[in-house]
Amino acid sequence: MTSLRKDSVPEGPVPEDGVPEGAVPGRRVRGRGGRGGPGGPAGVGGPVRKAFSSPLASVFVIAMTVLWTIPTLGLLVTSLRPKQDVTSSGWWTALLHPDFGLGNYRSVLFEGGSGASTGLLPFLVNSLAISVPATVFPLVLAAMAAYALAWVRFRGSDAVFFTVFALQVVPLQMALIPLLRLFAGGAHLGSLTLIPAVDLKGSYAPVWLAHTMFAMPLAVFLLHNFIAQLPRDLMEAAVVDGASHFKIFRSIVLPLSAPALASFAIFQFLWVWNDLLVALTFAGGTPEVAPMTVRLAQLSGSLGGRWELLTAGAFLSIIVPLIVFFSLQRYFVRGLLAGSVKG
Amino acid sequence: MSVSGSASPVAALAGAASPVAALADGRLAGGAWGDAAVKFGNTFGAVAGFLGILLVVFLVAGRARGRLARPLAVGVFLGPAVLLLAVGLVVPLVRTVYLSLQNDDGSRFVGGENFGWALTTDSVQEVLLNTLLWLVVAPLVATGLGLVLALLVDRMRGQAVYKSLIFMPMAISLVGASIIFKFVYESRGPGQPQIGLLSRLAVAVGWDDPPNWLLSQPLNTFLLMAVLVWVQTGFAMVVLSAAIKAIPDEVVEAARLDGASGLRLFWYVTVPMIRTTVMVVLTTVMIITLKAFDIVRTMTGGNFGTQVLANEMYSQSFVQFNTGRGSALAVILFLAVLPLVAYNIVQLRKEREVR
Repeated sequence: MTSLRKDSVPEGPVPEDGVPEGAVPGRRVRGRGGRGGPGGPAGVGGPVRKAFSSPLASVFVIAMTVLWTIPTLGLLVTSLRPKQDVTSSGWWTALLHPDFGLGNYRSVLFEGGSGASTGLLPFLVNSLAISVPATVFPLVLAAMAAYALAWVRFRGSDAVFFTVFALQVVPLQMALIPLLRLFAGGAHLGSLTLIPAVDLKGSYAPVWLAHTMFAMPLAVFLLHNFIAQLPRDLMEAAVVDGASHFKIFRSIVLPLSAPALASFAIFQFLWVWNDLLVALTFAGGTPEVAPMTVRLAQLSGSLGGRWELLTAGAFLSIIVPLIVFFSLQRYFVRGLLAGSVKG
Repeated sequence: MSVSGSASPVAALAGAASPVAALADGRLAGGAWGDAAVKFGNTFGAVAGFLGILLVVFLVAGRARGRLARPLAVGVFLGPAVLLLAVGLVVPLVRTVYLSLQNDDGSRFVGGENFGWALTTDSVQEVLLNTLLWLVVAPLVATGLGLVLALLVDRMRGQAVYKSLIFMPMAISLVGASIIFKFVYESRGPGQPQIGLLSRLAVAVGWDDPPNWLLSQPLNTFLLMAVLVWVQTGFAMVVLSAAIKAIPDEVVEAARLDGASGLRLFWYVTVPMIRTTVMVVLTTVMIITLKAFDIVRTMTGGNFGTQVLANEMYSQSFVQFNTGRGSALAVILFLAVLPLVAYNIVQLRKEREVR
């Protein structure tokens, strides 16, 4: 889906829900007034929606919204309640008799739970230390590759682009075992060592590398779509002025691609922060490198009944993506509609 | 370069914040804050080093003129990405296929034995059956609910709030979502107060002794699917809502003049116009469903008859170290995903050509 095209990225009036009008596969919105304000006339698309807008429809939507929100609310409320309250009554009773505090967060961050030697703090630090480089690396490298494929024509560039494009079909499960072996044992061809074994234990490098590798196909594809649409005149003018490709990339391509870069960056950050599979495989479960998701998956089993701690830990891990999500929802949706869904 | 401007302040800020905090809270956990400072320092160093090296390479390579300039540019721009893809995806892809034809410690070629094992062993058959069930139910429910919501929400006052709240789970990790729902499904013995919402609701409607939900087969598999539906419905809603808004006015107008309205308008105009998008959403959720192992792993660990392919692949490969079998399961997963992704890509191409 091609909403990453420059012309379909509206800087001005974006609907309040952050969905850019027209950022839809295949079709464009033709000027329509129809966001039917409260009580107002319902644009031209009205009839379709009108059929579904009755008190019953509103009740359904509100019920769904409540249903969709309650589980997270329960998590938040429970994480703020004292231990004895959590085990003796449901969290909903606390809405009537609130007795909230941050004690659980202190416990879970610094003391750990039963059987845990450390709190969650190191894991939270790891999540951030993994996510930021694992977003920056693929972003920059993919932008470079996308520029080369779009604007530095050479023999075979189409073949390279198609290969990158096709690699999107490979589930990362297919790469885990060989890649883990490569990181642990190096690469050898007979007795010839192609890549030596490097001791990367206790380092973030394997996780960064793995995320960067797995992000490449989608990142190159998405950024290529955008960068290829940049105005040709601008590029040609720069060449005439004697600018090198490196100069053009830095001073024209990167600044103009900011919306696409932002979309991908948010996507990649959320993806890495929320990832379990890659982290579990390449970081193991130690406080030195494992992120929050890995630790929480462990605690989900071992902390069994300690819901006051588990909920606080879970909330700590979801608060960062929620902040990113709510503050940058517009870019997130834009990226989503551009097809940045990976697995 | 301009990217460094956006990336490094984040790391720099993080690096600067932790020593301050270390002073403030030194008594409580001095070691932890010290560690954090070191880790952020390393991370910041890695990002800065990465961007610094690139900048130097750019400056040096940018000086090249003449016939060498173009090949050099191609090499510098494309080299890292191609290398990463080759080492990280292409070679592993071939190796995994090769490993799937060998026995579990990789010492003997066994042909299709691992695939035979996967297709004939009872426990794995159950896994494949569960996976199929997930593949059918979860995407259909998520897409269906998303479509209904997309149709209904647009006319409502304060629709942005509803949309945001339903879309929100998309930002939460599947591990986080699993813990959220594990708490909803929490079940306790009779006589104890129920603190799980589902159990409490069951009691409220007169079911005095509700079962331990996550242990009751086959109900538990559907309860796990609910987590994925919870996460993916917002995605379906947002994408489909955008597609509905993009239906050209003339089409709706013409249909209305012809006397179509209400459900008929929906069924004969809206649905055909957004059919492609519906299919893309459906297949996308299917792909996510196939690959997701986090939910099963976090909620039941694959026990109690809830195991799915992606988690079994992980267990075989990295818990039991049965490399051959794990690789065979990875290949099966790949073959299952392949037609779905291929379909999506073809659709994408078509739409691009239409433009």
